[in-house]
Amino acid sequence: MKRQRPVRLWAAAFWLLVWEGASLALASTTGGRMLLLASPVQALGRLLALAATAEFWQAVAFSSLRILGGFFLSCVLAVALAALAARLRWVRELLSPLVAVVKAVPVVSFIILALIFFSSENLSLLISALMVFPPVYLNVLEGIGHTDRQLLEMARVFRVPLSRQLRGIYLPAVLPYFRSAVSLGLGLCWKSGAAAEVIGLPEGSIGEALYTAKVYFQTGDLFAWTAVIVTISVLFERLFLRLVDAAVRKAGG
Amino acid sequence: MEIGVRNLCKSFGDQAVLRDLSFTAGPGITCVMAPSGSGKTTLLRILLGLERPDSGTVEGLTGRRISAVFQEDRLLEHLSAEGNLRFALGREYDAKTARALLDRLDLPDTGAQPVREFSGGMKRRLALARALLAPFDVLLLDEPFTGLDQENRARALAAIRETAGVRPVLLVTHDTADAEGAPVVRL
Repeated sequence: MKRQRPVRLWAAAFWLLVWEGASLALASTTGGRMLLLASPVQALGRLLALAATAEFWQAVAFSSLRILGGFFLSCVLAVALAALAARLRWVRELLSPLVAVVKAVPVVSFIILALIFFSSENLSLLISALMVFPPVYLNVLEGIGHTDRQLLEMARVFRVPLSRQLRGIYLPAVLPYFRSAVSLGLGLCWKSGAAAEVIGLPEGSIGEALYTAKVYFQTGDLFAWTAVIVTISVLFERLFLRLVDAAVRKAGG
Repeated sequence: MEIGVRNLCKSFGDQAVLRDLSFTAGPGITCVMAPSGSGKTTLLRILLGLERPDSGTVEGLTGRRISAVFQEDRLLEHLSAEGNLRFALGREYDAKTARALLDRLDLPDTGAQPVREFSGGMKRRLALARALLAPFDVLLLDEPFTGLDQENRARALAAIRETAGVRPVLLVTHDTADAEGAPVVRL
């Protein structure tokens, strides 16, 4: 698998300096107060200050639970439906327009529609699940489609039970497809989940904190919370992909 | 026990692969010989239940356990030799019996080495071992000696004869030496 080149320290330092410069330039237009654009140092300071409060961790737990819950629920549903769709043509045909619509419609439309019918508290769970479903479903379906037919025939001749076929034939074929879907889906679920919280404003969520930061021009808080979202997203993605990679290696795919 | 093939016909599009084929395979080895592309593999696929004939019948296979060597090795490349045998045999796998047969086929103990690292001949012998170790009433072998030298070919043929005993074996080959007095069906 092709690994992305790591971000070079000098390049990161350059862009941090650009940010600092932009912050100072904007501050000079507001009498030296960094109102419009907090500097990197200010953002870091806010992050550390926020991290010292219980509310911060409660918000992290609230949003993570729902966004990752949506991710896991969606994965389970997508894998189950992909398995069914691979076997039953009518299921595949039935789901095809639904998946196409979810892929094409802007996430904000779903968020607003969902707010009409559901409470905002679990909105991010629903939205992140919705965004993760198409890539996982389509990739797993493709993986099943690429399963070696000759091996399946061999298993049939030797009367190998389905459970062993799943472990020995299907899993090694599907796991690499599942991995790339998960990599894409994890980024999507955090972006869409946070957007849903900013619009739905569930109490005690990261989204609400982002919205409050916007209302009060607290750009330091805005950057701090953004950094939190990115960090949790990246950490979870790495952890989860490591688990999937271990499974891929074990299955031999 | 016999396998009866009666008036078997099979076409793919406009191309007739099997034309009114009839024969009976009794106990022991029956060789199926024919040039490439003459429907040997299609015949075995029909007998394995993987292909439906356009017309004709097959008798003597209903309810019978069939074991086979396919034209391709059809091994799980990521698994070891033992992993492949365990996959196909499940609870029927017995390490001692398997080792004895693998030794007989001159396949050394390769431990956890995945099959993808095996030579073509090793893979073929493992595919044959899998077929011989699986419980069967009928054995269907599609060119099982491909890639084997004369010595290993002779070992494999002896192992087939001994393991199958009086159970019917259909051996697809294009080497007349494999027939060795066995009845021959020519397509």
